Amino acid sequence: MRGDARRTLPWPLLLLAAAGCDGPQSALDPAGPAAASIHQLGLFMYAGAALVTLLVTALMLVPFLRRGEPRAVRKLFLWGGGVALPGLTLTVLVPFTLAAGDAMRAPTARATVEVIGYQFWWEMAYRRADGLPPATSANELRLPVGEPVELLLRAEDMIHSFWVPSLAGKTDMIPGRVNRMVIQADRPGLWRGQCAEYCGAQHALMAFDVIAVPRAEFDAWLAGLARPVPEPETPFLREGRDLFVALGCGACHAVRGLSEGRLGPDLTQVGARRSIGAGTLPGGIGNIAGWIASAQRLKPGNRMPSYDRLEGPQLRALAAWLESLR
Amino acid sequence: MSRCGRRQRLPRLLAAAVPAVCVVLAGCDAFEPPPIESKVVQGGDAARGRAIVASGTHGCTACHAVPGIRAPRGIVGPPLHGVARRGLIAGRLPNTPGTLVAFLADPPALAPETGMPNVGLTAEEARHVAAYLYTLERLPDAR
Repeated sequence: MRGDARRTLPWPLLLLAAAGCDGPQSALDPAGPAAASIHQLGLFMYAGAALVTLLVTALMLVPFLRRGEPRAVRKLFLWGGGVALPGLTLTVLVPFTLAAGDAMRAPTARATVEVIGYQFWWEMAYRRADGLPPATSANELRLPVGEPVELLLRAEDMIHSFWVPSLAGKTDMIPGRVNRMVIQADRPGLWRGQCAEYCGAQHALMAFDVIAVPRAEFDAWLAGLARPVPEPETPFLREGRDLFVALGCGACHAVRGLSEGRLGPDLTQVGARRSIGAGTLPGGIGNIAGWIASAQRLKPGNRMPSYDRLEGPQLRALAAWLESLR
Repeated sequence: MSRCGRRQRLPRLLAAAVPAVCVVLAGCDAFEPPPIESKVVQGGDAARGRAIVASGTHGCTACHAVPGIRAPRGIVGPPLHGVARRGLIAGRLPNTPGTLVAFLADPPALAPETGMPNVGLTAEEARHVAAYLYTLERLPDAR
């Protein structure tokens, strides 16, 4: 019985571990060429590390299992284990790593997005054809499927790090510098990115969604993002829009055609986003209302104050108008 | 003879005292009223209701603290501990199954001054959520 238990025990554990390998934020389930080459390198290194562990364990057991005074082979250990083995390993690994890193900076790209890190959110500015100003969004990166997209990474306050494990490796975002990387999604889908460099109290709640869509859909979406928001359709929504203006929301938030604040996320299409507060909550009117009224409760230390002095219907109107921005 | 009797009396005394002490100690627990039989939502599935609330997609937890859901614990609206025993919904509507279902489906229609928006629950989803809310019988700990 005990033997049986010992034999069956690892399998559920292994399955459990393997079940964690896919999902929207996993370097073990690559969806783009950069992540794929990292994953390939990873597999190579896991196997290599396992072999080294076995070798070291075996060597450690030798003196215990052998009788008599062992013969010292210092030269073999020093030159073999200390020079030849690491030399061989690094000779193989370094070119592999350099090639993988180089692929992340491929020169050709048909689209360029500037990504700017703030405490604790992301701005995405999509460059458009000649002469047109970039179209801004926040906490969500849209990509055309199957195309290398150039990202120009900057930071406004702290060092952040841009990481979408399913698509590519980390690239730091450093104030005063522009780091360039190329990212590509091989299939349509949704992934999650996360700040990967500790940047303050809400570093953990500094995430974003990555959505890959076909090129035509991407172009239509980008054209829509650049347009001013439409006039509210109902008196209730108009009340919400007027509150946005009267409360001074526009001092921090940009809404195309209405305000140009840059201290907080661009809200031109906030109603279409899958999450708000940089991955703090899912989208939708309920979460938007809760966020407006208690942003400091939900994400303490972020720059947005809790607007808890609104009357009930005012809160609903403001949230309804924001949710209508799609 | 008398010594022997005394020796037997002590265990008997203990045997009588232990249940008595237990009965007294039982009274130390907070008073828990019996389950509420009238709060039954026709066609409501509490497990599905809990899944809707816990998913966060309708934003319930952004405003309300819900027992058993760790985060977020909203503070915009009232905590939902003991909702099954609460007298009024939104401070003005009787807390009956029919009213609660209608309120969840469209709060401003029943309470125009409320800050709770219509979060887009279908009539069916509203029944599930109401059924779940009526499982929340435990009152918040006053201590």
